[in-house]
Amino acid sequence: MAQLGSEKNPLCIAIVGSGPSGFYAAEALIKSDIDVKVDMLERLPSPYGLVRSGVAPDHPKLKQAILLYDKIAQSPAFNLIANVTVGKDISVDELRDSHHAIIFTCGAESDRRLGIPGEDLAGSYTATEFVAWYNGHPDYRERQFDLSNEVAVIIGQGNVAADVARILSKTADELKHTDISEHALDALAESKIKDIYVIGRRGPAQAKFTPKELREFGELKNCDAVVDPTEMELNEASNKELEEKTNIGSKKIVNLFQEYSSRPISGKLRRCHFQFLRSPVELLGNSKLENVKIEYNQLSGDPFKQSAKGSGKTYELETGILFRSIGYRGIPMKGVPFHDSWGIFPNVDGRITENNEIVPQFYTAGWIKRGPSGIIGTNRACSVATVNSLLADLDALDSAGQKAGVEALYSLLDSRNVRYLNYQEWTKIDAIEVERGQAKGKPREKITYVKEMLELLN
Amino acid sequence: MTTIVTDNCKSCRFTDCVAVCPVACFHFDDEMLYIDPDVCIDCSACIPECPVQAIFEDDDIITEGKEEWIAINAERAPDLPVCDEQMDPLPGAEERKTELGF
Repeated sequence: MAQLGSEKNPLCIAIVGSGPSGFYAAEALIKSDIDVKVDMLERLPSPYGLVRSGVAPDHPKLKQAILLYDKIAQSPAFNLIANVTVGKDISVDELRDSHHAIIFTCGAESDRRLGIPGEDLAGSYTATEFVAWYNGHPDYRERQFDLSNEVAVIIGQGNVAADVARILSKTADELKHTDISEHALDALAESKIKDIYVIGRRGPAQAKFTPKELREFGELKNCDAVVDPTEMELNEASNKELEEKTNIGSKKIVNLFQEYSSRPISGKLRRCHFQFLRSPVELLGNSKLENVKIEYNQLSGDPFKQSAKGSGKTYELETGILFRSIGYRGIPMKGVPFHDSWGIFPNVDGRITENNEIVPQFYTAGWIKRGPSGIIGTNRACSVATVNSLLADLDALDSAGQKAGVEALYSLLDSRNVRYLNYQEWTKIDAIEVERGQAKGKPREKITYVKEMLELLN
Repeated sequence: MTTIVTDNCKSCRFTDCVAVCPVACFHFDDEMLYIDPDVCIDCSACIPECPVQAIFEDDDIITEGKEEWIAINAERAPDLPVCDEQMDPLPGAEERKTELGF
């Protein structure tokens, strides 16, 4: 038999998930010096994961990463098999039979919970569902968000919290020429929200925003960024953190908060309040959220290891809508080991493990490999590292014998009447979205029902 | 706005930034890296990666007095080869890093 990775016996890899980590893994494989066939499976008819359904509509430049993914997808070694759910339409074991290896890049689809009483009251939402909703993700198309309150609360101080706060801060006029989904734009146009509280459990020096995201709040047309100057008094350990030369990002964040704290409130339509050292301890209300009980925190510990502890002092904030944005976690997949407390697929350098033993043929990259940290580009380095591990295992992968690759998948899917899409078909949907957007002065109007996407292809 | 590589990269060229660039917008010559502004998506992923803090964005460019590098990046990058994989730093990079106070 020809050597694995040669023209006659290409390395067949299935990638599960078509977000950034999936595409960067595909890129690294295609650029390697061996012959490969990359088959990327995607649950939705549309590819690109969080670049499509996570990146905020008013950040169009970030979405240009798609130009690179499109280039990767044009490679003759690449196949997209979209609208196929692994674990339902096709099993992990079947992928193992058809391919030399599988790289799971399915992201962190669920969110971390606050773990406090009242968390499931109506009016208490996750940032995940709100983001997916305004970005037209089909799973969230029918969600309703009660924007009739004047006060909104966001728990968490990372970039997702910033996105939610910014979308709530902007008027429909400011958003109408973005690719925000029409149903979300219509709902946001009716928003009564005046005050948005973005609440962090630690101090300004530990906020996780990138300076760029935070800077935008100082430049909003219809919303004042508000910080109470008394909250800018930092403890000694935090000041030490800021003195560290490599911690320049936090220094910039604190400078921005300081600037906001010294500005007069100019009387714009909305106010976005950044508040620190507090945690929600209970959500209160009869049938729906009415109040959040918030406890003040104190920091303790050495610089860079400070943790927040409740002080016992609490107050109530009246609100009807709360979003939690305190991190994501992956969800288990049948047939793949799962680390329940970390919400990831356990792995060593991208090789999936079970009880500390490496599971042959299984690899992982992106958020499901290392947890939900970093931005789009962080996943490129992560996927390259996983592909390097995989390519070092070529001899072991070869012992599984020749693999039928995508043809085996197609025949299984055909026998099950699964309507899968290839990349060419996706580009047809893409073109229709762009055309529908043009009529409204938007870069695209996303199609938000899977059924409609499929009908357009018939 | 824009994101640029500036003088601290000269004689270092650590290329840690390149590993996290989502769009392969870095280019290189014998001395340093440059960002092609037409390709860069201003995601900021590279900024914290640089061991000598040579990369700046937006208002920081002005605050740090690095405006001249906007034109240098834009002019140099397109004619130079793309750097999309991490390379070895230039000889003497570690010494230069110490010299720069990092």
